[in-house]
Amino acid sequence: MTAIYGLFDKPDAAQRAYTGLKRAGVASHDITVISAEPFEAFEFSHRDHSMILFRLALVGGVIGFVSAVLLTRGTELAWPLVTGGMPVVAWWPNLVIIFEMTMLGAIVTTVVSLLVASKLPAFRRGLYDPEVSDGKILVGVPLSAMPGGRTEEAVREALNAGGPSAVKTTQM
Amino acid sequence: MSEYAATLTDDLLRPLLKTSARFWILVVLLLGVVSLGVGAFAYQVNTGIGVWGLNSPVFWAFDITNFVFWIGISHAGTLISAILRLVNAEWRRPVTRCAEVITVFALMIGAMFPIVHLGRPWLFFWLMPYPTERQIWPNFRSPLVWDFFAISTYLTGSSLFLFLPTIPDFALVRDKTTGWRRRFYGILALGWTGTTKQWHRLESAMQIMAIAIVPVAVSVHTIVSFDFSMAPVPMWHSTIFGPYFVAGAIFSGIAALIIAMAALRKFLHLEKYLHPVHFENLGKLLLMMSLLWGYFVFAERLTTWYGNGVSEMTVFWQTQRLSFAPLYWTMVTVNFIVPVTILSFKRLRTIAGCVVASFGVVLGMWLERFLIIVPTLSHKYLSYSWGSYRPRTPEILLLIATFGAMVLFYVVFSKLVPIISIWEMKIGQHPQLAHEHLTSDEKATIWRTQP
Repeated sequence: MTAIYGLFDKPDAAQRAYTGLKRAGVASHDITVISAEPFEAFEFSHRDHSMILFRLALVGGVIGFVSAVLLTRGTELAWPLVTGGMPVVAWWPNLVIIFEMTMLGAIVTTVVSLLVASKLPAFRRGLYDPEVSDGKILVGVPLSAMPGGRTEEAVREALNAGGPSAVKTTQM
Repeated sequence: MSEYAATLTDDLLRPLLKTSARFWILVVLLLGVVSLGVGAFAYQVNTGIGVWGLNSPVFWAFDITNFVFWIGISHAGTLISAILRLVNAEWRRPVTRCAEVITVFALMIGAMFPIVHLGRPWLFFWLMPYPTERQIWPNFRSPLVWDFFAISTYLTGSSLFLFLPTIPDFALVRDKTTGWRRRFYGILALGWTGTTKQWHRLESAMQIMAIAIVPVAVSVHTIVSFDFSMAPVPMWHSTIFGPYFVAGAIFSGIAALIIAMAALRKFLHLEKYLHPVHFENLGKLLLMMSLLWGYFVFAERLTTWYGNGVSEMTVFWQTQRLSFAPLYWTMVTVNFIVPVTILSFKRLRTIAGCVVASFGVVLGMWLERFLIIVPTLSHKYLSYSWGSYRPRTPEILLLIATFGAMVLFYVVFSKLVPIISIWEMKIGQHPQLAHEHLTSDEKATIWRTQP
């Protein structure tokens, strides 16, 4: 798949190109913006906000909680040791284990969700240019994403509106 | 790239790309120190635990002191970093990674000691909660099992908390290097490119981790304190132990962080990034924790003295006036009098002042852990069973080796990973950047579509 992208020195320039691409009819989810640091103050950064990780962390915490309850209670019933006059299923000490496993569930789920949502590890690199690490901001779009009747020229025109330091074509 | 960003990248990648002879000399020296500890441990495994100074009634001494001390030091990093992230303290940016590294390595060292202390360390897996043919399940009512769960959770969480924000920096190093470095950092970067979606997910994940890690950190040292306070033993069986241990852990952790930052600043020439203001802010935190520590000691001592129980007062006087008094008053001096004196005055709250106070606190907090354990065990209840304890060479070597290991791990880490988060430092330069070059029409177009 062929993609075309521009490299920009400043986030405002990247923003102009992004806005230009949208005006040219490219859907925002088809526009790739890559930078070496997040730019929260710009619109191109705001389209991917999601609470999904928070929700999944909560689910992970619940899974950890249930696992801990099953582990402690199940173990104590399977091997009923009487310790220090405590009941066989002793909830006060079990709470320690339950707390730790709940938090562990939330933490591990968060990391796994991050990796899945960010498509990491990525063995095949998609649209990318190492100049991003020099501070350039990449704004690109696959040509297949162009709406009917539009051409590569329209994309170049939109990218050039931002004042890029370079516009390149690549195979993804 | 702006001039600042270029200089920042060069400065922080320099230690990774250039290796001086001084680095190798230091590594060899530290390996020598660590090998002393490894040798002492091998001698202990081969000969038996009798090579230590332990004897009835003192069965816990140096090793458990080291365990509690290093777990305490681990509170420097992740907890402080998480709190600073949550309150969005701008000055945190150069500090967080320096701190998080301490947590991971201190936890690894600390968690090793219960295993060393087992006497038969090769059976440590008996602590793990899985069914075996022996039909012995771990007893969840044992505080030692709680330790296993708490430390495993904290170590896992802290390692991930350290690793996640290094991924973008690994990607940067990947793009800036060639050969084996490019391949090595390429693997660590996991194919990170820096799409807006990746940045959002990373920042969300860091926020969740920061929220989760704070209670975990508090729980870890509370649970370590339970190793003592769950036992009906004089001066241990106290409800104050949980918060007292947590405060002490944060106290020693901040001190360790100040020392580490001062060393990094000097040896890696990071003066441009680790400013005196960072030390001053951490110095204020250290002062606050010193006062809090003093408060806890006073509350603990007053309650014991007022209760006037025979067995408790026996231990109490051992530390106040008798054989352990020199260590006790040294501890009070270096944990309270010296730091409060130095850090209360702005003129003395310099980098050098903070480092001097921090060295004192690290020493004092190790003594505190020792003084919680040994005086109590050596003077427990009935006087006919009293005993004494003197450390022997293997224990002392092992203690020295832990400090060597900590420095070695830190030195090697700062050689392989940018010790200050590059991308977070760049964000610190942003606030006035957005839209400054746009016309009012363009700004309106942009902001109209924002949530």
